[in-house]
Amino acid sequence: MIGGAARLSRNDRLLGAAGGFAALVVLVGFGAIVFDLFQTGTASLSIPFLVGKVENGGRAGGIGPVLISTGMILLVCLAVALPLGTGCAIWLSEFASKIRFARAITAGIDLLASVPSIVFGLFGMVFFCRTLGLGFSITSGGLTLACMILPIVIRTTLIGLSGAPSNLRPGAAALGLSRVSTIRHLLLPVAIPGVVVGTTLGISRALAETAALIFTSGYATRWPEGFDDSGRAISVHIYDLAMNVPGGAANAAASALVLLLALLFINYLATLLADRWLLKRIAPTSE
Amino acid sequence: MSPSVNDRVAGAALGIAAWLCGGISLLILIWVGVEAIPALNNDPGISSLLGDAHWLPGSVREPQFGMLPILAGSVLVTIFSIIPATVAGVGCAVFQRFYAPKWMRTFLRRVLELLAGIPSVVIGFWGLVVLVPILQKWQPPGQSLAAAAIVLAIMILPTVALTASTALKNVSPGLFRAAAALGMGRARTILGVALPTARRGIAGGVILAAARAIGETMAVVMVCGNVAQWPGSIFDPIRPATATIALEMSYATAGHRSVLFALAFFLVLVVGAAVGWIAFRKPSTPHRR
Repeated sequence: MIGGAARLSRNDRLLGAAGGFAALVVLVGFGAIVFDLFQTGTASLSIPFLVGKVENGGRAGGIGPVLISTGMILLVCLAVALPLGTGCAIWLSEFASKIRFARAITAGIDLLASVPSIVFGLFGMVFFCRTLGLGFSITSGGLTLACMILPIVIRTTLIGLSGAPSNLRPGAAALGLSRVSTIRHLLLPVAIPGVVVGTTLGISRALAETAALIFTSGYATRWPEGFDDSGRAISVHIYDLAMNVPGGAANAAASALVLLLALLFINYLATLLADRWLLKRIAPTSE
Repeated sequence: MSPSVNDRVAGAALGIAAWLCGGISLLILIWVGVEAIPALNNDPGISSLLGDAHWLPGSVREPQFGMLPILAGSVLVTIFSIIPATVAGVGCAVFQRFYAPKWMRTFLRRVLELLAGIPSVVIGFWGLVVLVPILQKWQPPGQSLAAAAIVLAIMILPTVALTASTALKNVSPGLFRAAAALGMGRARTILGVALPTARRGIAGGVILAAARAIGETMAVVMVCGNVAQWPGSIFDPIRPATATIALEMSYATAGHRSVLFALAFFLVLVVGAAVGWIAFRKPSTPHRR
């Protein structure tokens, strides 16, 4: 990329060595973290662990109910965030006729993306649990997470929609297609890659979340009986075992390994999809 | 051509979705803000929040709400994590852009992306079972400002490195040709041309990373020691604002609870201001391109 220099001077090599050292530290650090987690986690990891019920506060037994609760929270989160986020993106890209309104909404979404997760937790606790009367429940947790991943879904869908060829819209109008048909038959197919990538990134963010769930979906370790029941997500389970349950470290390590593997897979999938479909225009999963 | 009924209904429905999405941040500010009012007003009031010497919210006889040590914890842990993360992150980006062979360039980016995807609770757990025992042998008690800073630095390094890498990539090739024509070597081109040109992008990434560090909860609460005090050294335990909220909200009542909401409101304002500042910075100076 930098032209010319056929031979590197001493300074050039020094800077390269410094940068290379930084890169090496990152690689070794990443390797060490993953290796440590594998080493501590594989001991307790087994099929019975994945499906068994939580016993003795998490020291014994498995994480079956925790995985079910996590799945249910995720389901609520996606069921709300996907239609809402996609709808918002389509409106911003196709319907917003007044630039002022579009700007205000975009600013709101940007602010939403910057809110720390613990604040989402407090907000969910007072708004969903108390004001809307949903209590400490899987629904409250899922709705709180939905607020959190909305900006991701909206941004990626917008990027997907911006990939539509610019002559698509006047072409459709010239054929006398209504806007609804234009969106359904022409724009949505174009936007679907963006929605899929956004969904994948959103799932990974939601799965990784702990602080927003402690005060909304609660700590219950029983098999969840419904969406109005309290249930702990796997990240909360890891936190609780590591911090509040003496002797829970082994099962915490196994749960952490399960979560880590799931997320590495989902994030890899997201990068792959983004690279292939969105021409590398999506920001990396930095959150 | 006037829009059909279908179009109007669809437009209205999508508009409602859009306003709902944009309005959530307002809901958050209002709902968290209202809960914080008593703390700032008179229970315990700003003078108590800033004037009390200690943080003893649970004391029955004379509760104290001096939140300065807690705010100091937040600021210190952010500063001590952002410095190593910036040095290593920018170094990593420079190596990736200007020295690494092509295959390693992609590989490094993938590793950084995977590192960015490790959830905070897992990094916190790693810090608790691996990092803290190491620090404990060397500088007891182990759970400390240093441990929290290291864990946070690992978490935010990918943000710094990936944004710096993008910023360096966007430096116009003409500048590199000009540098080569002037006979500048690789190191001089990087230090004198590439990094100064990309500084806005790099600074933006660093600020985003700092905003993330000050708002991070789980990784910090597991390794920082959770003692609300002014740390005497970086090996002393601390307790930042996020950790305080996470630990005390479950049992806090009345004024104490309101103080925690005030802390949360304060966090939103600081982080929102930082992120907003990046978004609305003036366009770059003309000599850039």
